[in-house]
Amino acid sequence: MAAKRSSQKLRPIITEHWDDPNLFTLAGYQKVGGYKALKAALKKTPDQVIELVKASGLRGRGGAGFPTGMKWGFVPKKGDKPRYLVVNADESEPGACKDVPLMLADPHLLVEGVIITSYAIEAKEAFIYIRGEVPEAVRRVSWAVKEAREAGLIGRNVAGSDYSLEVTVHAGAGAYICGEETALLDSLEGFRGQPRLKPPFPAVAGLYAAPTVINNVETIANVPFIVTNGAEWFRGYGTEKSPGFKLWAVSGHVERPGIYEAPFGITMRELLDYAGGVRYGRDVKFWIPGGSSVPMLTAEHLDIPLTYEDLAAAGTMLGTGTPMVFDTTTSVVKAVTRWLEFYKHESCGKCTPCREGTYWVVDILQRFEQGDGKKTELKLLDDLSNQIEGRSFCALGDAAATPFPAAMKYFADEFDLATKTPVDKTFDPAATMLKSPVAV
Amino acid sequence: MTPPANSVSLPNDIDKELTTIADRYTHRRSAILPMLHLVQSYQGWVSPEGIEACARVLGISPAEVSGVSTFYTMYRRRPCGKHLIGVCTTSLCGMLGGDAVLQDLREYLSVDENGDSPDGMFTVEHIECQAACSQAPVVTIDWEFFQYMTPWRMHEVVADLRDGKEVKPDRGSTVRGFREVEKVLAGMELTEPTQPAVDDAMLAGLMVAKGKAKS
Amino acid sequence: MTVRASVDGIDVVVPEGTLIIRAAETLGTFIPRFCDHPLLDPVAACRMCLVEIEGMPKPQASCAVTLTEGMKVRTQMTSQVAEQAQAGVMEFLLINHPLDCPVCDKGGECPLQNQAMTAGRPDSRFGGPKREFPKPLAISTEILLDRERCVSCARCTRFSEQVAGDPFIDLLERGSDQQVGIAHDEPFNSYFSGNTIQICPVGALTSTSYRFRSRPFDLVSVKTTCEHCASGCALRTDYRRDFVMRRLAWEDPAVNEDWNCDKGRFAFTYMRHGRLSAPLVRGSDGVLHEVSWSEAIAFAAKGLSALSPSVAALLGGRLTNEDAYSFAKFTRLVLQSDNIDFRNRPSSGEEADFLAHHVAGTGLVVTYEDLENAPIVLLVSLEPEEESPIIFLRLRKAYRKSGLKVAVIGPLLTRGLRKLGAQLLSTVAGGEAATIDSLLAGDLRGSQSVLTALKKKGAVILVGERAASSAGAYSASIDLANETGAKLAWVPRRAGERGALDAGALAGLLPGGRLMADAAARADVARVWGVEPSDLAVRRGKPQEKILREISEGKIDALITAGLQISDAPDVDTFKQALSEAKFIVSFEQRLSDVSSYAHVILPVASVIEKGGSFTDWEGRVRHFNRALNDSPAVSDSTVLGMLAKEMGAPNTGWRIDEVQYEMAKLLGEGPTGTKKEFKRAGAPTIEAADVKAPPSGSAVLSTWHQLLDLGVMQGPEEHLAGTRRPSQVIISPGRAKQLGVATGDLVTVSTVNGVVTLPVEIDEIHEDSVWLPMNSPGSQVLVTLKAREGATVKVAKA
Repeated sequence: MAAKRSSQKLRPIITEHWDDPNLFTLAGYQKVGGYKALKAALKKTPDQVIELVKASGLRGRGGAGFPTGMKWGFVPKKGDKPRYLVVNADESEPGACKDVPLMLADPHLLVEGVIITSYAIEAKEAFIYIRGEVPEAVRRVSWAVKEAREAGLIGRNVAGSDYSLEVTVHAGAGAYICGEETALLDSLEGFRGQPRLKPPFPAVAGLYAAPTVINNVETIANVPFIVTNGAEWFRGYGTEKSPGFKLWAVSGHVERPGIYEAPFGITMRELLDYAGGVRYGRDVKFWIPGGSSVPMLTAEHLDIPLTYEDLAAAGTMLGTGTPMVFDTTTSVVKAVTRWLEFYKHESCGKCTPCREGTYWVVDILQRFEQGDGKKTELKLLDDLSNQIEGRSFCALGDAAATPFPAAMKYFADEFDLATKTPVDKTFDPAATMLKSPVAV
Repeated sequence: MTPPANSVSLPNDIDKELTTIADRYTHRRSAILPMLHLVQSYQGWVSPEGIEACARVLGISPAEVSGVSTFYTMYRRRPCGKHLIGVCTTSLCGMLGGDAVLQDLREYLSVDENGDSPDGMFTVEHIECQAACSQAPVVTIDWEFFQYMTPWRMHEVVADLRDGKEVKPDRGSTVRGFREVEKVLAGMELTEPTQPAVDDAMLAGLMVAKGKAKS
Repeated sequence: MTVRASVDGIDVVVPEGTLIIRAAETLGTFIPRFCDHPLLDPVAACRMCLVEIEGMPKPQASCAVTLTEGMKVRTQMTSQVAEQAQAGVMEFLLINHPLDCPVCDKGGECPLQNQAMTAGRPDSRFGGPKREFPKPLAISTEILLDRERCVSCARCTRFSEQVAGDPFIDLLERGSDQQVGIAHDEPFNSYFSGNTIQICPVGALTSTSYRFRSRPFDLVSVKTTCEHCASGCALRTDYRRDFVMRRLAWEDPAVNEDWNCDKGRFAFTYMRHGRLSAPLVRGSDGVLHEVSWSEAIAFAAKGLSALSPSVAALLGGRLTNEDAYSFAKFTRLVLQSDNIDFRNRPSSGEEADFLAHHVAGTGLVVTYEDLENAPIVLLVSLEPEEESPIIFLRLRKAYRKSGLKVAVIGPLLTRGLRKLGAQLLSTVAGGEAATIDSLLAGDLRGSQSVLTALKKKGAVILVGERAASSAGAYSASIDLANETGAKLAWVPRRAGERGALDAGALAGLLPGGRLMADAAARADVARVWGVEPSDLAVRRGKPQEKILREISEGKIDALITAGLQISDAPDVDTFKQALSEAKFIVSFEQRLSDVSSYAHVILPVASVIEKGGSFTDWEGRVRHFNRALNDSPAVSDSTVLGMLAKEMGAPNTGWRIDEVQYEMAKLLGEGPTGTKKEFKRAGAPTIEAADVKAPPSGSAVLSTWHQLLDLGVMQGPEEHLAGTRRPSQVIISPGRAKQLGVATGDLVTVSTVNGVVTLPVEIDEIHEDSVWLPMNSPGSQVLVTLKAREGATVKVAKA
């Protein structure tokens, strides 16, 4: 019932044709209007495209939410260095699951966005850096690029225009840190994917020390729609500061996990409704709006509009906009421990606070998980989080310092309990598990 | 370090193949990740021989190649079984069943401390978040995607692979083997997708909007 | 442009682009750091140097942020945020550190230890298991790595990649497993690897030969100058009681910056092996006997007096300035002879003329700084990484930082030259002058940009001593410099050659480039020496080659040698012949050498650490050093010459080091008593370019030079160092390899009528007519075996 009432809020725009069995082909994509935006964009000047995207207020969908048009505008158009577009398709954030689906369902949307964006920043070469662990995305995007090239949409004289572009699909090899844009650049240049010092910023000296724009897959996917429908149309969705729509990928203890596309401003309660609610009618224990790197919230926060500004006001962040929902069977100690194990595993090793801090925090948390934590260590964990946060080289350290203090804010008693009782005794692991739709 | 007994040599013309990858990039060093993927497509791991070949072709030092190859978790230090099974145990997947799947699978396949099954058919390891949390718990076999995994479904999949049956992942292409998929990542195999790679989770919102949601 | 800002409330004005950490240093505020190093690109990885900047939400790494106008910085001195941030980082750094300071070589001089005292906690809050690694890991024969001590500052890996260009070590693995390492089977064989030990801010990298040998607080440190090559490195010599335990680079921004090469760092134990403790005199039984100093001096004086002035002095090119000067004076004043030469190596008359005209006594003409700022540096007969490694480092720095163009006239782009991005003007040995001529004439393919750059202000030409084996090369270099306006400098290989030249240890030249033949110059020298001009030898002497011939011809009877080795001579047979025919030989030695068996008197002298003095580097910069081992009874060559002079009844003039230095200052224009008078200079040599003919089939023109690490006697007992030598190999072109039917690694022979060298072959883009051999490496002693010098025609065949 609830779903029926509020389904008014869902707006399948990017996902509108995902159930079309031919969408992944060039012909299928063109049938639903694909590459018309490109032709429209080529009729404008590159700067007009930038102005259009600026006017739309599109913000980056990778996590930081930086205004996309402004980012494009930072790229100097003069000088003898080439300009590059690099697409960050290294989706790896725990909780995030929207870019890979987009590449699988609608690879040509990404390709079209890449061509328009490259045209706008006047890049002659674009790279799509796809997470290595998803060969199917590599296959589909590579094939889409091939189809587009054969159709004259990539290569010399894009769609018969004066503009030429080469697009290279590049597979990563397993490193979360390469989602950090400068680490991605180092990786793409053939180095260890460790983040770079800024300045210089990529817009000035990015890939091969040349001006570079790095955009997230979902960000790029918005571009053709903005070109087709205009900035005003785009601003018709969402809020003043968070215009447009979003692929809300809901995961966790919900009946129907998956992607729900809706404008910014929708609430978690509404998304939960669409997703069929918490499974078995249980209650939300905690939820995280945008990946493990942003602070968790609880059931009392379900009515906060999902916008950059409202979530910031609530002490968290929109992040990747992919909410994870945990019900009351969940041990927050275990969840935090696993996230920290993830950050330890993915810490690149460059800076001390992240490298050593995650090593230490994991050592303590694993003992808490076994019911072997010490009360004094709660203060220590808090200190350590403070010693990592704001002092690491890049945002990975800040992310690693996020889960524990956030969890302590709401569930200090559970950590207390873990000084005596193993978490598996307090929370039956079997109760937390999925009731598999396939095998049960 | 002497290569393990089950390691095979690189083909004689490996430099030529590696060079074709390097030639795709104006800045040749950019080719290092796909080149290492190509090495794995032959050997199932990144051997010292493979490191030297990459160094030779790119004109950089073997230490630099080693620095890169050991940074990325997809590059293996030992030859991998025919199939690489990765079970995600990051928070959501782990708690939703990944832990149980991994523990069960290790016992079921009697894997050793390196994660290898005695018949060399499988290498099992825990993996970190695959960013497919809507489909948790996630398992990858040769990096092909399996969702909502349970121990008993895992048994079926493993049995099918042992029996040489065609195993289709939940989205994408048939499971063929670790080395085969490395060719794709090296950019040395481009095949036309014939089916959509869309699952229920990807369509969840669309179905609700269309009033077709399953209840 | 300067910026004004404040650090801890104190106003500071610094040049634009100054990093906060450097600006704070100017105020005497030391911000703790590990990864920061002023000569490496900033990485801001260790996070130890975090400071608070007003208006910024997070503490910032002061090693990577430049001070901007009006910026208000607070360091740990005034900011709790900074202090806590640093303390937090220090706590993290120590959790996995073994805290094994009592058994660590670095203990007592360790930045981690020291900074833990100021920024660390009294107790550790860490209770978990520490990272462990098998230890130590030998990353080369001379460097050991203890990974558990490493703090991942990446100074070593950045040094190797950025400064040395030898990325044979790199960071491996990731996250908390990150570690420094080498590739499978490829050790860290860089000529500059020892610097990583010195800049390691913990005890992770240690020296195999120094490991567990001493504690830093038991050592006495003395600033010295490296005696190996003409680069002129300032060194720190650390000794305990009578033994030098180790040597390090001493920071000298004008010369070696913070670096030195591994030869200078590790090759010093020769000084304590096989040293002579007493003079030796050959008795009537033909055998050398230990005698007292007075007996030896009397014997030597008698022998020399009897044969003077038919005497010559041959010096080994490694004497200090003071000793070389004393020989120059002793020869002219006491022996009444002008037969003196410091060039015990392939040399030429053209070279002597070049040196007299262009180099002797000219002081600083081209400096390291000039190299760094030059639009182009053209190398002629010089492979800097092998023959003058600090020149190499400075060229590489300029190449990396400001895109210096390096061009080279030589047969191939060596590894070192590739690291400089050098452009090769491919030239067979002996064809250097011809190449320069066509470069000037504008008909050398691809060289127009070189010529254009040479005409720019600040352009430099460096010509190495090997030009002596290429007729016309020195003359053409002068022409090139004159035509383009480029500055021209001479780079000898040995530490003592430039100083000996300036001191007048070359026939026809008095100190400071004064000409023997110039009456005014003679008078000036005589005045300083306190004698009459007529007291100095009059007859123009001969260079080494002719001296040896004249001994055999009976025209010269006696010989003084100092630090000489027959195997370095261009013609070993002639040398031995002359030595066996000389009537009387006095040899100044630290230990027995291949000359000893011919000598009549052997006078033991001090090594560089047992005396004070100076060397003059290739720039012409005088590099003074102090005596390190004060208790050593060894005496300098000067002192011994003084004893001999007195015994021979010479005029009373100074031989003590202070007297010698006083005189040198007057004659060479250095120091407060110095005068810099202009005298007539020798004319330039005008040797025509040799006619270069293609070698006959089956033959090639020999190119050869010393590898930095080879069979040089001063590297003798250092096996750990020897383990990092580059392999001995013969280099031929792909065309020749095809002709011979050989592949890389196959054995190839290079031969003359005198002998054969057989080595594995390396195929490289060397000049088609050329073949290259290492000059004095295992299996390849060109002068001894082939008795050939560079430019000779040799046979090349498959072994």
